[in-house]
Order: sequence, then structure tokens, then C-alpha cells
Amino acid sequence: MASFSTTATLDEPLVYRGDKGGAPPSFGGGDDGRSGPGLPDYPTRLRRARLGLLVALTPVLMLFVSFTSAYVVRQGLPTIDPRTNQLVRDWIPVKLPALLLVNTIVLLVSSVGMELARRQTRLAAVAAAARPAGGASASVEGKTPWLAMTIALGLLFLYGQWMAWKQLAASGFYVSTTPSSSFVYLLTGAHAVHLMGGLVALLVAGLFTLLHRSVTTRSIVVDVAGWYWHFMAALWVYILLLLEFAK
Amino acid sequence: MGLVLLAVIWLITLIGSYFIVAKTWWLPVGASAAAASIDHHFTVSYILMGGVFILAQLALGWFVWKYRDRGAAAAESAHYSHGNTTLEAVWTVLTIVLFVGLNLASHSIWAAERIDPAQPGAVQVEVTGMQFAWYFRYAGPDGKFGATRPELEDASLGGAGALGLDSNDPASKDDVITGVMVVPVNREIEVILRSHDVIHSFFVPAMRFKQDAVPGLAIHMHFTPIQTGEFELACAELCGLGHYKMHGIVKVVSQEEFDKWLAEREAEKQ
Amino acid sequence: MATHEHAVHAHAAPQGFIRKYVFSLDHKVIGLQYYFLALAAVFTGMFLSLLMRIHLVWPNASIPFFGDIKPEQYLSLLTMHGTIMVFFVLTTAPQGGFGNYFLPIQIGAPDMAFPVLNMLSFWTTLLGFIVLIAAFFVTGGAPLHGWTGYAPLSALQSAGPGEGLGADLWITSIAIFCIGALMGALNFITTTLDMRAKGMSLMRMPLTVWAWFVTAILGLLAFGVLLSAGILLLMDRHLGTSFFVPVTTVNGVLTGHKGGSPLLWQHLFWFFGHPEVYIAILPAMGLCSQLLSVFSRKPIFGYKAMVYAIMAIGFLGFMVWGHHMFMSGMNPTVAFSFSVLTMGIGVPSAIKTFNWLGTLWRGRIRLSSPMLFAIGFVSLFVVGGISGPFLAQPVLDIYLHETFFVIAHFHLIMGVASIFGIFAATYYWFPKMFGRMMNETLAKAHFFLTFIGAYCIFMPMHFTGMGGLLRRYSQYTEVQWMHSMAGVNKFITFAAFVTIASQFIFLFNFFWSMKKGEKAADNPWEATTLEWITATPPPHDNFGGVTPVVYNGPYEYSVPGAPKDFVMQTDPAVGDMDQKKGKH
Repeated sequence: MASFSTTATLDEPLVYRGDKGGAPPSFGGGDDGRSGPGLPDYPTRLRRARLGLLVALTPVLMLFVSFTSAYVVRQGLPTIDPRTNQLVRDWIPVKLPALLLVNTIVLLVSSVGMELARRQTRLAAVAAAARPAGGASASVEGKTPWLAMTIALGLLFLYGQWMAWKQLAASGFYVSTTPSSSFVYLLTGAHAVHLMGGLVALLVAGLFTLLHRSVTTRSIVVDVAGWYWHFMAALWVYILLLLEFAK
Repeated sequence: MGLVLLAVIWLITLIGSYFIVAKTWWLPVGASAAAASIDHHFTVSYILMGGVFILAQLALGWFVWKYRDRGAAAAESAHYSHGNTTLEAVWTVLTIVLFVGLNLASHSIWAAERIDPAQPGAVQVEVTGMQFAWYFRYAGPDGKFGATRPELEDASLGGAGALGLDSNDPASKDDVITGVMVVPVNREIEVILRSHDVIHSFFVPAMRFKQDAVPGLAIHMHFTPIQTGEFELACAELCGLGHYKMHGIVKVVSQEEFDKWLAEREAEKQ
Repeated sequence: MATHEHAVHAHAAPQGFIRKYVFSLDHKVIGLQYYFLALAAVFTGMFLSLLMRIHLVWPNASIPFFGDIKPEQYLSLLTMHGTIMVFFVLTTAPQGGFGNYFLPIQIGAPDMAFPVLNMLSFWTTLLGFIVLIAAFFVTGGAPLHGWTGYAPLSALQSAGPGEGLGADLWITSIAIFCIGALMGALNFITTTLDMRAKGMSLMRMPLTVWAWFVTAILGLLAFGVLLSAGILLLMDRHLGTSFFVPVTTVNGVLTGHKGGSPLLWQHLFWFFGHPEVYIAILPAMGLCSQLLSVFSRKPIFGYKAMVYAIMAIGFLGFMVWGHHMFMSGMNPTVAFSFSVLTMGIGVPSAIKTFNWLGTLWRGRIRLSSPMLFAIGFVSLFVVGGISGPFLAQPVLDIYLHETFFVIAHFHLIMGVASIFGIFAATYYWFPKMFGRMMNETLAKAHFFLTFIGAYCIFMPMHFTGMGGLLRRYSQYTEVQWMHSMAGVNKFITFAAFVTIASQFIFLFNFFWSMKKGEKAADNPWEATTLEWITATPPPHDNFGGVTPVVYNGPYEYSVPGAPKDFVMQTDPAVGDMDQKKGKH
């Protein structure tokens, strides 16, 4: 098991206690949470996948932190108007379409569904992992298709975002109209792209169900996608608050 | 092999040190009020850092030779030690003191050069860079720079055209625009840096002056020439294919000559 | 257990040429793929720099097969040279190449945490390289805005030749590279945190692993910001936005932008760009520590201090980006704050240098080729680092900014010291990767020619910089004060010819030794870390189906009382894991 202990740190000098020639390298077995040579067990794989997701969310966060700092700087920084030799700011706040609130609710509800799907699959995986090998991989999960519901709501959200863009354009705010409108399109667009990535993961999980892949693998995919989905929902709320209140 | 390596490292250090000491290539003679203090700080840094360079390289070469493996015949094995915390602490503190101290010592010079604004009564010159020439504008007797409009820009019409000077603005009637920067000696010169297209940089080595000219900004800086003469300037920020030939001249003259020159330029405009 | 798990580690070794050597999931193969990409990139980059050096001395010369080098072409050469070297050599070989190959082995793991992602990260990086090179071949050619791509020059398609499609390809290639680098960073971090063998505590990890780990964290935090900058730049170029571009006219024609800030690009770029240079140097520092210890037969002096220094460099690396912008028009008080922090980051670097010297002191030094390059690294890091405190002081930077003094500084550290790290790693790990030794005579010739040659190229640049020679000038024919340095420029160009030619000794040695080199033992350098207990080359899962157990730190050389002057990390005879503290 990977440990963070610092026993026998290098500040302490070693005392060589062997009296023979250098001992051959010592090996232990099954230490990496393995139940057999080569393949880690379910808890290890889940932990590793979750750690990977946590790490992966960091650059996603940095991308939006970077966009936010560009937003703040662009909003506040004046430039010289060459006609008057005066410093001016050209930030005109954008009126956000009310549809965005509806989309937000859709996304939050989908997050609920996602969480239920995640727990549902996880319970099934834990049960499957506890069973002796050779048990059928047919699902013993509940009947409610939470995963399908989440995918549907996710698609509905993206459709709603597309509609919101059209509303913005209809009111005269295109991507290049004002710096504020540029950021609205940029932030919502970047979020939507990342959400689509999450949808792909959910579709893959759905595919695994249809193909009767192992429930432990499916559970890991759904678990990681689930936490990713919640992050995307939280990120969306943040973007909305930024665009609405940091005008 | 150890001896060869020692020799190579020491030789490189020796040759490097020669050029360090001989100052074969050095900063040009300083012609501004700030040059003396900047150059002094440069020399101090140079001596300290040069000393560190020489000592570190000599030590490296020496250790590599002295502690070489002399083969099975040599009885002594390497000294088994994981380090020395006291020594670590000592040289860490010394390094902090050296580095941070050196930097803090320069703060007053930096403040005088860049943080403090120009004095009232400084001679204002607007310096505009564009691909690939410098234009210098003097506000004239009214002390105001006239408006410019990007739509009016036409470099083929000379200085005023290049800047897009708006002749409808009364303040622009007495603006003098030249391709050579003429300034009076021993007066503080306030430069207002502008650009029309991309980032340029106004660099006058003799004045120890450099500042980027950024489109969208009017950056106020100052320097005080203390020697008359002609001093070259060059663009110091990559601005396109003509970057290498975007140079010019700063001409420092006496106050009388400056007044006379400016009056002549004003007269030409009538 | 299900039979077709998407296992973290593929159980059976792959069969067939495609699965074994092309789309391999094995971190060792992927590491070599990265390495060969970097090898192709470095020779491309060196060739571009040679063309640049020739043009500087003979601006009117016509190059065979290429013709005249016009000013804009010179600028394209330098843009592509910088981009190729920084991204596809210095961020690729030490981390993607050697890190991929040896991090899992040095911590006792059978592979990286996510092998499929690892494979994808290589192919993404390769795609980025192809897209970049494509810029040379499109209308207008490669961009001329420098590897730093300052806006508005990089944001306005009309600002110069190559700023059209060439610039778009450049931005796209960098964006692709960001994705590849982030995938790699994900793997490195997860693997280091979650897959260490029993007994391999964090404070028993070799410094190479620490360096790769912290470098990956830097990449994780920095590449997202670069990606964001690239997206904004593409939007300014094609969607009419004005993030970076205020009202501008090019050749008297309004470009249609307004209100944007060129400084915003610089802030975003350098927030990435400064950690990037630490990404380029940290793995080499980790390796240098490793090699100095192995070849001095002594523990590294101050292991803990070295670990903290790596972490301090990483952390402070995110707080100093403004020192690239002292002359940019940024607030001068803020500039000074950045400068104090920048002097601060010199401290852990100095500590590392002292500790390297401390490792050599009273050692028993074996001057094999990896050690020569490690010692060369220390020398070059010192000389490159010494110019840092000049540039870090804004008062001195007024004069030195944009001169060849800056070029000397970063080339000595990145362009030579870091490259020496790559050479050292190659000579050191070649026996393990290919089962044969590289030729020592050729290696020594390569070392001395490159070491002396590099000094001849870059040391004089400090002096031309102090003389005011500006960088990114395609020729020095127009400015009077630059004429006097023509002689030095000629010397530098000749030194460049010789040094670049010497690299072919290395190239020959590398490929010849793969087939004809003397067969290598499993542990030819008598080193203690885990890669030296594997077979040579290591089998598919590195340790032949078992997991090593670690008892000792990685630098137990010349332990009193031990039968040999090195004690493997897996040697239990040294005592149990609950060692009591002792004195030394």
C-alpha cells in the first residue's frame, strides 16, 4: 500500500548489519492492492481513478481561473482613445437571457440524477466485487435508469445553452460586439465543451451496460464521470454568478 | 581525466575572468543623470556575481580532481555523510542576504527612475513607434498635444500624416513632428510613449533608458541628458520584419539651440 | 473476477509490431517514442539556429537550397527555433522521455497509472509537432512573432508575413501540445502518489522522481493558462474580439479592434512561461543529484534540503512571472515586488549548487561519461544562473532587457545545462534501455567538444549584451553601435558550427552502440536505485511479475561496514525499517 510515512528517512545513517555479501533484492507479493499478479483490485482501481480525476480537474480549474483573471483585467483596464488622448473603458454589461436560469436548474437536477446513478452503480459493483469470481455480471442494480436521465438532461442543458446564444445574438450581442459579450460566449462555450466531454464519458458507461461489461469497470467510469459532472455543475453556477454579478 | 577536466574548467574560468576584468566590451559612456548610479550598481553586482562565478567554478574543478577515484590501491573510501544542517542554514542565510540585499539596495534608483513621475516643467516629447519608424512630437507653445485620428493616418504625408494629426483640433496647429529627437541638455525630458500598431520599445543605451511603447497606452517616463551630442536609439521589442532598422537619433543640444530649433520648426508650419 | 477488465495494467505483454512498438501502452516504449521525437526536434532546432548564426554574420549570403534569408524569414527561424526547443525538446525529452521510462521503475511500479492515456499523450504531442512544422510550408510561411508571441504582433494577420495561416498553425500546435502535456502530468502525479512499492516512502524516492513529480505539478497548473491564452488569441485573430488588441492601424489601415490590452497576453503567457522554464530544468537537476551521488560513491549532501529546494523552486516559480515584463509598462511598484521574489528563487538554486559541491567533496569520483555531463551541468548551471541576479534587478534590466545578455542567460541554463542533463541521462540509462554500453571514447570527445563549444558560443554573449547588442535583429548593419561587435559574432558562429558538428559524434555513438556496443551488465554503474535490479532491458511489467520491497534510501553509498560501496534500496540486510536516529 502506498504510504506517506517517513520512517527511516535519509538523515539517519544506515547501519549495515549484513555479514554476508550484498543480499539479493527482496520482493514482496501482492502489495499494490493486488489480488493476483498484474491486476489491482476494485478499491485500488477506484481510488486511483478518483485521484486521477482530482488531478485532471486542476488544469480545468486553471483554465477557468485564467479566463476569470482575463475577465477582471479586461473589464477594469482602460486604453487610450486616440481621438481624445483620454483613457477610456469600453465595458458595456450584457443583459443575460433568463433562459440561463432555466438551464441552470436543468443542470442541477441532472446532477441529482447523476449522483443517484453513481451510488446505484457503486452498490452493484461493491456487491459484485464481494461475490466469488465467476458470478454473473448481469446487473443487480435497481431498475431506475438514472444514468439515461442524466444524459438526457445534459443534452437538454446543451440545447438550452445553444438557444440562449441565439437569444443573445437576436438582442444584438455577438461574440465580437463588446468585450463583455465576448466573455459570455467564451465562458459558456468553454463550459459546454467540457460538459460534452462528460457526456461522452456517460455515453461510454451506458455503452458498457449494453455490452454487459463488468459492473466494477462500469462503476469506476460512472463514479469518475459523476464527480466530474458535479464539478461541471458547480463551475456553471460560478460562471453564471460571475457574469451576472461581476458586470 | 580528472586533471583534464580541472584544466578545462579552470581555463574557461580564467579566460572568462579576463574578459570580466578587462571590460573589453562594456556599456557605452553614460550621458544621462541616472547613468552614474545605475552603472555603479551594475559594477557592484558584477563584482559580487563575478566573484561567485569564479569561486564556484574553481571549487568544482578542484573537487573533481582532488577527490577522484585513485583506483583499488587507495584505501580511503568516500566519506559517508548525509549532509550538515548547520552548514545548510549558514549558506542559505548568506545567499538570502546577498541576493535580496543587492536587490533592495537598488530600490531608490528604481523609484527615482520609474516610480516617481516627471517634475513639472519637464520638456515633454511624445514618442510614437509604428512599423518601422519613430516619430517625435512637441506640443508647441500651447503645451497641449493635438488630437489624432487613426482614420487620418497616412505615412506618405510625412510626420503629421503618419500620426493622423487632426487639423480640426486647434491644439494640433502648433504641434511639431520630427524624425529626429532633439532635446535640451540638463533638463528633465518627459517622454510619452505611444504606438499605433504593435509593441515597440524605445531604447537609448547612452541614456540607460528603455521602455516599451504599447498600443492603447500612453506611458510617461523621464530621463535627464547631461551631455550634448548625438546618441543612437533603436527599437528593442520585436515588431515585425523591419525591427532591425527601426532606429534613430537623439540629439542633445544646449537650451538656446533647442529653443532656436523648435522656433524654426514652428515657423515652417506657417 | 471478470476476464476482460479494463485493467490499470495490461496483464499480458502485447504481441505484434503495431501493439509492441507503435501503439504501445508500455511506458518504456512510450518514453522512447518521446525521446526520439525530441531527438528529431533538437536536430531541427539546431539546424534553424545554424541558419540564424550564418545570416547574422553574412546577411547577404545565399544558403544552398534555400536562397537568401529575408528579414521576415530570419524572424520565422528564430520563432520556430524557440518554440521547437522549449516545447518539443526541453519539455519532451527529460519528462516525457526519461520520466516516462524510469519513474514507474524507480518507484517500483509495473507501469504508469493510466497506460492508455499515456499512449494518447505521446501521439497528441507528436501531432502538435507535425502541425508546428507544417507552418513552414503554408502561404506566408512560419510566424515571425517569436516564441513568446506577443500581441498585437501575433494577433494581427496583417502585421507581417507568416502572421496569417502560419501563426494559426503555431497557436494550434501549442494548444495541442498543452493537451498532451496535461495528460502526461496527470499520469506522473497519480502514479507517484498511488503506485509506490512497499517501503518506498516519499522521503526514500530518488531525487529524479521528486523532480519529475514537481515538474508534473508545475505543468498541471501552468499549461491550462497557456491554453486559455491561445484560445483568446485565436478569437482575436478570427472572431473579431479584442482581448489583447486596442485600436490599431497596420500600414494606415484600421484593424477593427478596440480596448484590448497587450499586457494581458504577456501576463497570461508568462504566468505559464516562467514555470515552463523550471519544467525545463528541474528534471536535469534531479538527475544531476542522482549522478553526482552515484559517481562520487557518496550520499547526496542534504537530501531533505534538496527535496525542499525542488518544492521551493516549483512554488516560487509561480510568483515571479512579472520579471519578464519590467519594461512592458506594468506598474513599477508591482515590478519591484516581482523582482524581490525573483531574487528569492535564486536561493534554492544556490542551495542545490552548494549541495552538489558538498556531494563531490570527499567523494571517490569516477569520471565516466554520465558523470562528466553531470559535472558539466553544474558548471553551466552556475554560469547561467549567475546572470540571473542581474536581470532580476529592474534597475539593471532597463539596460539589459532584450539584449544578448538575456540570450546568454537562458541558453546557458536551458539550451546547454538542461541539454547536458539529457545527454547525461542518455549515457547513464542507455545500458538499461538497450542492453549495451555506449562507446566511452566517443562520449568523452562529445563531452569536451560540447562543453568547450557551448562556453565559446554563449559566454561572449554576456559581453555583447552589455555592449547593447539587441536580440531578434535579423542583421546588425543599420545600427552604428552594433557594428563593433561583428568580430565577436563571427567567433560565436564558428563556435556554433563546431559544436553542432560535434553532436553528430553523439548521434553516431547512440545508434551504433545500440547494435554494436559492448553488452551491458544489469547494474554497470553499481547504483542503488530500483531500475538497476531489473533485467536489462526490463521486461514488460518491469520486475518480472513481483513487486520490490524497499528498505533503504536511494543514496546509500560507502556505508561503513557494508561489503560493497553501494547498498541497493531493496537490500534488507541494512536493518529493519524502524531505524533509530544516529549521528554521522
